[in-house]
Amino acid sequence: MQKVIAFVFVLVSVASASGQAPAGNAEKGKSTFMRVGCYACHGTVGQGGTGPRLAPNPMTVDRITAYVRKPGGMPPYSAKVLSDSDLADIRAYLATIPAPPPVNSILLLNK
Amino acid sequence: MKKPKKNPVNRRSFLTGAVTGAAALIAKPAIAAAAPQQAPARAEVADEGRPGSDFMVDVFKSLGFEYLFAMPGGSFGGIHESVINYGNNQKPEFITCMHEESSVAMANGYAKIEGKPVLVCVHGTVGLQHATMAIYDAWCDRVPIYVVGGNTLDAARRGGEVAWVHSVQDTCAIVRDITKWDDNPVSLTHFAESAVRAYKIAMTPPMGPVALVADTELQNDRVPNGANLRVPRLSPSAPPQGDSGAVAEAAKLLVAAENPVIVASRAVQSAAGMKLLIELAETLQAGVVDQHRRLNFPTQHPLNQSLRAGPAGKPQTGPAVNEADVILALESGELYSTVRQARQRNNPAKLINISAGDLFLKSNYQNFMRYTEVDVSMAADVEATLPALIEAVKRQITADRRRVFDARRSRLAEAGRRALERTRTDASYGWEASPISTARLCAELWAQIKNEDWSLVTESFWVREWPLRLWNFDRHYQYIGGAGGEGVGYTAPAAIGAAVANKKYGRLTVAIQPDGDLMVANGVLWTAAHHRIPILMVMHNNRAYHQEVMGIQGVANRRNRGVDRIHIGTTIDDPNIDYAKLAQSMGMRAEGPIGNPRDLSAALRRGIDVVKRGEPYLIDVLTQPR
Repeated sequence: MQKVIAFVFVLVSVASASGQAPAGNAEKGKSTFMRVGCYACHGTVGQGGTGPRLAPNPMTVDRITAYVRKPGGMPPYSAKVLSDSDLADIRAYLATIPAPPPVNSILLLNK
Repeated sequence: MKKPKKNPVNRRSFLTGAVTGAAALIAKPAIAAAAPQQAPARAEVADEGRPGSDFMVDVFKSLGFEYLFAMPGGSFGGIHESVINYGNNQKPEFITCMHEESSVAMANGYAKIEGKPVLVCVHGTVGLQHATMAIYDAWCDRVPIYVVGGNTLDAARRGGEVAWVHSVQDTCAIVRDITKWDDNPVSLTHFAESAVRAYKIAMTPPMGPVALVADTELQNDRVPNGANLRVPRLSPSAPPQGDSGAVAEAAKLLVAAENPVIVASRAVQSAAGMKLLIELAETLQAGVVDQHRRLNFPTQHPLNQSLRAGPAGKPQTGPAVNEADVILALESGELYSTVRQARQRNNPAKLINISAGDLFLKSNYQNFMRYTEVDVSMAADVEATLPALIEAVKRQITADRRRVFDARRSRLAEAGRRALERTRTDASYGWEASPISTARLCAELWAQIKNEDWSLVTESFWVREWPLRLWNFDRHYQYIGGAGGEGVGYTAPAAIGAAVANKKYGRLTVAIQPDGDLMVANGVLWTAAHHRIPILMVMHNNRAYHQEVMGIQGVANRRNRGVDRIHIGTTIDDPNIDYAKLAQSMGMRAEGPIGNPRDLSAALRRGIDVVKRGEPYLIDVLTQPR
């Protein structure tokens, strides 16, 4: 399983390196996501909690950065507390989170 | 009723001696060396007459108390002994509690299921001090709680040091701001009248806690044979009904409205009440938003619009309210926040309020919330007023309005259906996560209980309202809200008290128990095991006081000082608490911790099997924060 995750991290890094946004390190991003308390409101896999869902299909790192610096509904994270590089890592982590199974395939949600 | 046995031992003297002896053992030498105060000599108990506490038990029996919830205390030892011997430990039956706060919180859960109080006894000093937060929860939540505190008012008849520190001049002063009424009777006749009066006051809307002192001398002094004592008959008051003119005005506004909404919080107390609210909603074809301080309206009724709320699922705001042109609020303690967003959007919706809250207020504690401007205000009980309101609405409906209503029903039903679909999709995210998502936990639990006669007795808020969003609630006892005063330590004892009430109906009581709350007074697990109280307690173990994790995170972020230390003082790990072992140590069957969601269903089935056999069961589940 760890190999699969590592493979995904590599894919994310390569894909990001070829685009405009900072690459980000998904493994570091997961650690940061937990350390700075993103999980507290958004859940450990970004599924949402008291805060909105972040994954799968996270928004761009530019949008994430703009929001956490001047948020509407959450406490602000300054660059001193959470650097742009940290945010790129977090975005990379969120991008590794797979989509849930289709809701129609989950028997417990369709009874 | 069995004839009481004669007891050759003066129990009061025995207890006083025991307490004094124990105190001497643990006292510091300097204190121990001081000459102990001698209790004034007492006449030995004669074998004639009976103790006053026997008569007090007669009074309690007349009020129909099924149970006495108490941690033992010498200042009400006379009542204790009379309950178990003279009263044969039946109606009330003594349920041993391990903290006075738990006794009252258990009484709270019981009352919200059963619709009436149990008897709670406490020391008038240290016990009532322990009980205070739970009384406050009940005060805010409009729950009838009946507390009796033991005390020795006559200084000349107190025993040694312990008796003095356990005595107080004004026992109920500490809870006077958070009770409807209290009294300190000085005779048995006075006690009987005040006991019946207290019950009547507690049960008259707005319901609430009452406190009564049982002086030790009244409990223990003998009542001569032939003494002229009688128990007054309880004469309950009919609940207050809304003024007929105000009812007619409200009906006029509701019938004329294009988009009315009914917002209910503590409105429904009974099956009949829920039936009335359904009738009103269907007569108007109006949407209903349930704020869930009680279960007011079936969660999956086509007119239920509670899901059209904010992201956390708290149905105080959202389009169902913000877009209304007439809002009918029924015992909504959160009236200001209910209409705040609508007002901020310059929505001039007419606001009708029916609440018994205006009939009884006190100044000190601020649970009356912010003042709100209302167009039609009725100081009245909702269930008592609904029949008149329904009839007034029916009288004003024309054929044209009926067509409008029918179209509205279709529109609301479709909006509700779409909201439910979105909710199910939301629940699928994090489905395989570990720690287990709260949506998965609640869906797994629902699959196991939905064909039973079940009752969820813990607040849904802590698990993102998933039960109220996903399950089909349609009976008033299936949900009882949370702690009115938001005091931590309410949930576990209230759940067990509710399970006591559910037991005689054979209902399957389930609790989704937050970890931090359980640690406030986990002796309730022993109470559940000892008294064979059937309840399935599923831990929502996120290893934190998670509300405070988020709170401190917000403070640290706003101060720009980093969030690396927010775990200090907020998390419950290192070491992790093994809740299964904790429960097992108190004789309660348990398992866990479970971190793999695929292990949940089998564990739940095992637990339900045990609960159906009449015993409690705890499953420790490692969960997402919310």
